[in-house]
Amino acid sequence: MALPIMAVLVFFLVLPIVMIVTVSFWQATEFSIIPAFDLENYEFLFGSNVTYRVFFNTFKYAFITWVFTLGIGFTVAYFLAFHIRSLTWQIVLFLLCTIPFWTSNIIRMISWIPFLGRNGIANSTLISWGVIDEPLDWLLFSDFAVILAFVHLYTLFMVVPIFNTMMRIDKSLIEAARDAGASGAQILWNVIIPLTKPGIMIGTIFVVTLVMGDFITVRFMSGSQSANVGRLISNDIALLAYPSASATAVVLLLTVLIVIGIMLRFVDIRKEL
Amino acid sequence: MEPRPRSFYVLSAFFALFLLFLYGPTITIAILSFQGPGGGLTFPMRGTSLHWFRDLFEQQAVGDIWGSFRRSFALGLMVMVTTVILSVMGGLAFRKRFKGSSILFYLIITSLVIPSILISLGVGLIFSQSGLNVHWSTSGFGSQLTWTLPFGLLIMFAVFNRFDKSYEEAARDLGATSWQTLRHVVLPIIGPSLIGVALFGFTLSYDEFARTLLTSGSYNTLPLEIFGMTTNVTTPVLYALGTLTTVFSLLMIGLFLCLALWSTRRKARAGSDAGKGMV
Repeated sequence: MALPIMAVLVFFLVLPIVMIVTVSFWQATEFSIIPAFDLENYEFLFGSNVTYRVFFNTFKYAFITWVFTLGIGFTVAYFLAFHIRSLTWQIVLFLLCTIPFWTSNIIRMISWIPFLGRNGIANSTLISWGVIDEPLDWLLFSDFAVILAFVHLYTLFMVVPIFNTMMRIDKSLIEAARDAGASGAQILWNVIIPLTKPGIMIGTIFVVTLVMGDFITVRFMSGSQSANVGRLISNDIALLAYPSASATAVVLLLTVLIVIGIMLRFVDIRKEL
Repeated sequence: MEPRPRSFYVLSAFFALFLLFLYGPTITIAILSFQGPGGGLTFPMRGTSLHWFRDLFEQQAVGDIWGSFRRSFALGLMVMVTTVILSVMGGLAFRKRFKGSSILFYLIITSLVIPSILISLGVGLIFSQSGLNVHWSTSGFGSQLTWTLPFGLLIMFAVFNRFDKSYEEAARDLGATSWQTLRHVVLPIIGPSLIGVALFGFTLSYDEFARTLLTSGSYNTLPLEIFGMTTNVTTPVLYALGTLTTVFSLLMIGLFLCLALWSTRRKARAGSDAGKGMV
């Protein structure tokens, strides 16, 4: 029964990875790529300062996005799970939070233009309030815009697993804590947060991997002024430098897998579904 | 009922702001897509018109968006059907341990977390090096499955974790074959969740960008076409297109949700005759 899935994953996941690893040792001329066993691509990659800067940037995006998505996602899930009392409303509001996930990311990025542009809503509002005299230039096409878009796109990935775990918390535990004299903050810190950890971990895995593997959000929202590893790869691809793109891809994949490996130590995904 | 604590109102406001943050930008471009003919990419509106929607129907103005829409739609349906069938089979298989089950599980997790561009790059390289042509319905199709299958399968895991096996045992005790058990007992029970899997399959495929980037060949899918437009189109026609495909996505989501609601109701109605028999 599992054979078809196995076949799809072998052909479109395992083989591509094998291919990328292989090609990462090949040589490239301007027009073609030549089979070889050559460490040149890796030497160039690790010998260049750009690589370290770009990897640092990638981690920076991942970390800042993680902080914001976790803060917002946890608050929203907490509100839905513990403050909304009827199941119907919980489902309705939860669906409202998830619907954007099923629409196009690219259009959701484009839709920030009228907000953040030089003559956009944010600037004209701030000017009319007298907060600033001149339009801010750093709203669109900047790191700020990149992070904003990431938070906008990926907060759902925090809300869903955290909400899912919270809904399974036995309400009598919270009553017991209250009977024992715990304040609201103590219940949150000592009961709810520890019990929500698996959901937080799953959300974290989603957000971190999506941000680390992204290239299109960074390219679009930074106006090509910032770079992360994904963009490094896509730039190489655009130059048809497949071996060098592959070497970067291998390093990126290893980085992501190590990060995930560390996180999976804290959570058993199959038990949490 | 006990009175609402003050934190409820604070959190309600936070939630409302969050919804505004989620939907505000999309609503803004929906409004701006009705710009008058002289209007630009930001407010103020210079009159209202359907000018930019009309532009979409003129081939030379925007390229082949209708062709790409047809391709994305067909691809979405292909991915949807495949995802549903393979996820159910996989979900059934995973109820027992089998040889390679933990390898397959780790492959599924890898498929979920691997940066999309690696799939694009790897599949593109395989096809080009073996002399095959990349095409949205072959290489593009397979690449998208690596994104939709993990979601489908994780949903099926969740479904079968909550599945009461005694129904199947009852069916078997009554002499049903394994196919009859599947067809008349298991599938009707998991039916509503399959609509969820289908929703993931269709919409994730319809909106997928990175995995189709290097694997769709010379015929673009809609997201690729839209992304191409962002670099050279600077009129609200971009918003008009964005609004139309978002409306289309919302219609599809609505359709799936209605189907799910309908089949849950139907299941509840036809599900149990306990207590209605002869006493």
